Amino acid sequence: MKRSVKGGLWLWLHKMASPAYFYDVAGRLIPWCVIITAILLLVGLIGGLVFAPADYQQGDGFRIIYVHVPSAWMSMFIYIVIAINSAIFLIWHIKLADIVARSSAVLGASFAFLALVTGSIWGKPMWGTWWIWDARLTSELLLLFLYLGYIGLRSAIDDRRVAGKAGAILALVGVANIPIIHYSVVWWNTLHQPASVSKFDDPSIHLSMLIPLLSMALAFKLFYLCIVLINSRSELLEQEKRNQWVKKLVAEL
Amino acid sequence: MQYSQAFKAMLVRDLRIAFRQRAEIMLPVVFFVVVVSLFPLAISPDPKILQNIGPGVIWVSALLSVLMSLQGLFRADFHDGSMEQILLSPYPGPLLVLARIVAQWCVTGLPLIIISPLLGLLFHLETSAIKVLFISLLLGVPYLNMVGAIGVALTIGLRQAGALLSLLVLPLYVPVLIFGSNAVVSASNGLPSDGQLLWLAAMLILASTLSPFVINSALRVSCSFR
Amino acid sequence: MSEFFAMGGYAGYVWSSYGIAAIVLFLNAFSSLRRHQSILHRLKRLESK
Repeated sequence: MKRSVKGGLWLWLHKMASPAYFYDVAGRLIPWCVIITAILLLVGLIGGLVFAPADYQQGDGFRIIYVHVPSAWMSMFIYIVIAINSAIFLIWHIKLADIVARSSAVLGASFAFLALVTGSIWGKPMWGTWWIWDARLTSELLLLFLYLGYIGLRSAIDDRRVAGKAGAILALVGVANIPIIHYSVVWWNTLHQPASVSKFDDPSIHLSMLIPLLSMALAFKLFYLCIVLINSRSELLEQEKRNQWVKKLVAEL
Repeated sequence: MQYSQAFKAMLVRDLRIAFRQRAEIMLPVVFFVVVVSLFPLAISPDPKILQNIGPGVIWVSALLSVLMSLQGLFRADFHDGSMEQILLSPYPGPLLVLARIVAQWCVTGLPLIIISPLLGLLFHLETSAIKVLFISLLLGVPYLNMVGAIGVALTIGLRQAGALLSLLVLPLYVPVLIFGSNAVVSASNGLPSDGQLLWLAAMLILASTLSPFVINSALRVSCSFR
Repeated sequence: MSEFFAMGGYAGYVWSSYGIAAIVLFLNAFSSLRRHQSILHRLKRLESK
């Protein structure tokens, strides 16, 4: 893919799209990401479990928020990342974009699953039931289905290029539908619970409660970055195994 | 040939093929009626209960019938190679795709819509509700066909295409299901249902304009390298 | 200390949530690393043939 070099940024981007360079840079980045993730996790966990004061309504039970909310945020964030990469792949045919999308899917689905499970566990002591069809949980459930469909489609197609393109189309159709789905679910929910407040309204957030939450959210983001870098490297090795740089790398092992 | 003539030619071709196998046309309708009939048996014949669950049951069953009837779309053409010929033709892909979807809807969707008032009666729905049921299905079923066709185009030729298709497409069906079924419920309760019906109309317009292009791209992707 | 683990009576819920989260994240990390290693090993074996 020839491109006139328009300056530092384009040069860097062009390099990044080169598999060998990306493999190398990613490999060097991963240890740093792991360290930062660990630090942020520690800050978040200690802040959330120890220092944040107990909620006056929910007692210590509210601390589940520190895994529930970041998981939900990540599940949506990752889907958007997949959608953006799908668009880049379909428009500019950059293989790395497809690899990043594929590498993110399982973790995204895991976060959606986690958000559902922790949300369900949170609901039991607070509102007495293991499951509630409120707007947020139902939307999260549908997001999980969208993820599973994406993963299912990609693994069902044997040809890598076709799988990438088909998955990309599906991801874009999904992301376009998410606002519509969310709106309709919210509307559906308000019909049947006219008087009650949304079950998962965050309690009024003090700074001491907010900081651990943000720290956990960042920790999860960095964790995602680690996983995506590791998975992308694996995918690159698979795809480029016939190329010289891979053979050299393997020989030096 | 003019574009409109190409469109008509494609439409007529598909309709002719479909009417050669008349038994297959009745299948989605029979499925629809059978599934709907299962619910009174499973739950209760009490008219009050039936009036409550009727809109939802009829809508979900229509959805499942459409899903079932989608399996046959594109499949025969894909397996005998004529799909590639169609994709290679000089006429714009989205146009031909639109013709095929219209044919599909005539053969599988329209019968469902026509029989829906009868099913409304089975569930003791009032006339006003039945009217809204008819309109909501009239607006919703084409949407289900089009979005379903996207799923079919993506999963052509795959091993477990049926199950995968359902998984792909059902989350996308949820908004239409919510508004369609709720329109009928509102009508049963004497409340206005215009908002919901307008929403369905908006979704239909959105799908009609965008889906032929998406389906066309998906078909090209699926049919390459095979 | 035991007060910390009791979590004001919500111990079961809070710790199982964090526990499941830990398991899910750990499994993701573990399988990613495992996959990377196994691909490298496989390619090495193919190379040495």
